Amino acid sequence: MKPRPFTYLAPTSVDEALAALAEHSFDAKVLAGGQSLAPLLNFRMASPEYLIDINDVAGLDRVRRVDGGWHIPALVRQRTVERSPELRAAFPLLPAALEQVAHPQIRNRGTVCGSLAHADPAAELPTVMTALDATMRVASVRGEREVPAEEFFQFHFTTSLEDDELLVGVTVDDLPPATSTGFAEFAPRHGDFALAAVAGVVTRASDGAVGAVRLVASGVAARPQRLTAAEKVLLGQRPTPDVVGAAERAARGEVDPTGDIHASADYRRHLVGVLARRVLTTIAEEGDHA
Amino acid sequence: MGPGVREPTTTVTVNGARLVANLDARVTLLDALRDRFGLTGTKKGCDQGTCGSCTVLVDGRRVLSCLTLFAQCDGRQVTTIEGLADHPLRAAFIKHDAFQCGYCTPGQIVSAAALIREGRAGRDEDIREYMSGNLCRCGAYPRILAAIREVASGAHA
Ligand SMILES: Cc1cc2nc3c(=O)[nH]c(=O)nc-3n(C[C@H](O)[C@H](O)[C@H](O)COP(=O)(O)OP(=O)(O)OC[C@H]3O[C@@H](n4cnc5c(N)ncnc54)[C@H](O)[C@@H]3O)c2cc1C
Ligand code: FES
Ligand code: FES
Repeated sequence: MKPRPFTYLAPTSVDEALAALAEHSFDAKVLAGGQSLAPLLNFRMASPEYLIDINDVAGLDRVRRVDGGWHIPALVRQRTVERSPELRAAFPLLPAALEQVAHPQIRNRGTVCGSLAHADPAAELPTVMTALDATMRVASVRGEREVPAEEFFQFHFTTSLEDDELLVGVTVDDLPPATSTGFAEFAPRHGDFALAAVAGVVTRASDGAVGAVRLVASGVAARPQRLTAAEKVLLGQRPTPDVVGAAERAARGEVDPTGDIHASADYRRHLVGVLARRVLTTIAEEGDHA
Repeated sequence: MGPGVREPTTTVTVNGARLVANLDARVTLLDALRDRFGLTGTKKGCDQGTCGSCTVLVDGRRVLSCLTLFAQCDGRQVTTIEGLADHPLRAAFIKHDAFQCGYCTPGQIVSAAALIREGRAGRDEDIREYMSGNLCRCGAYPRILAAIREVASGAHA
């Protein structure tokens, strides 16, 4: 099949892109890496009248250091982040998750922000950005705003972006000292979307107890879900195998997945527990050696 | 034409030759190569990014031509299997019998050429990992691996 005809717009500045979005909002789609949008176009599951290709927009393709963190603008490819020495060092969660996103060809084109804007509930990056408490930078001709990851992802393929808004970039704050992170997923085949995934960020107090924790799961709800019951079990405790086991049970108990053709609800619940345990065990070992 | 509407003419360098075409904006790079330029070496397996048989190089990076619009390639360098006629991988694939039906082979070779150039073909597990976007319905994977390993290690020379 071929895509339905559309008018192709290729703005070269953010202002031009925002003007095009304001003019055509509901009738337009932004094209970033195209790795999710192009299949939808090819199979006519999306038929926008206007395609606003942002690939020629200047100034959006370089990761940059900002006050207390890193900013990843809209045109930074997944593969660029995966291979960036600075980002690998600052946020080991990013390469850990990105290596499991699709295949090299797809990561060469696919952008970090495109995955966030697409908001597939099975995608890795929304879960990881929620665990990292990242901030979305959103702009339209009406102005700019910042949206925390936890508010950005709302439902299957639905974010808090309005029709005329562009996700200009995502900012991730540096992790505090004594922080360890972990990521684990289960996918039927390597490179597939995961049936379930868990990302964790744990900061330890001086006595080795968990001082702060964010544990987030995908594959169990319509958007990344924070495992708050498991987090409560961990807070103030040293992550011994007993505590990790209690967190695993809490995680299993607090999710309410739906079964589908890929996996039953029970199996997904089981997976989230196992993945949470794996993530927490790695984090505990790393923290104990630090 | 309003502001930002791209002139419909696209100029692309394909395997060293400058090609200018005025195509509908919805034409993918894959359809442009096959249907307009007669370069049918690049194959369409799925049209949705899952098989890798349409892999080409754009500015040296491997991309899936089914998920790339032709209009997006304005000013870029595209390399297809036809442009790798002298690449040692081609002889190595024949020597190792690294195919059965051959449908996936152009994509495998283009992908492998990029992999070797990226310096990621040093270990078998890396070759497997970084070739994971190229499926082979005939299951020639062990032979594909052997062919790539031989060229990557320089043993073919
Ligand atoms: C075979 C295959 C397997 C895949 N497997 C995985 C996987 O395992 N895990 C995973 O997470 N992903 C997977 N993906 C998806 C891939 O990661 C995509 O690259 C990504 O989801 C979308 O990024 P993109 O830049 O290609 O966005 P596009 O496809 O260009 O856009 C996706 C959507 O987001 C919107 N959009 C994009 N950028 C912006 C922006 N800056 N502001 C506002 N809206 C925007 C578009 O309008 C569109 O609706 C897979 C894709 C394929 C083809
Ligand atoms: S045809 Fe492009 S990946 Fe299958
Ligand atoms: S040789 Fe037949 S698909 Fe690979």
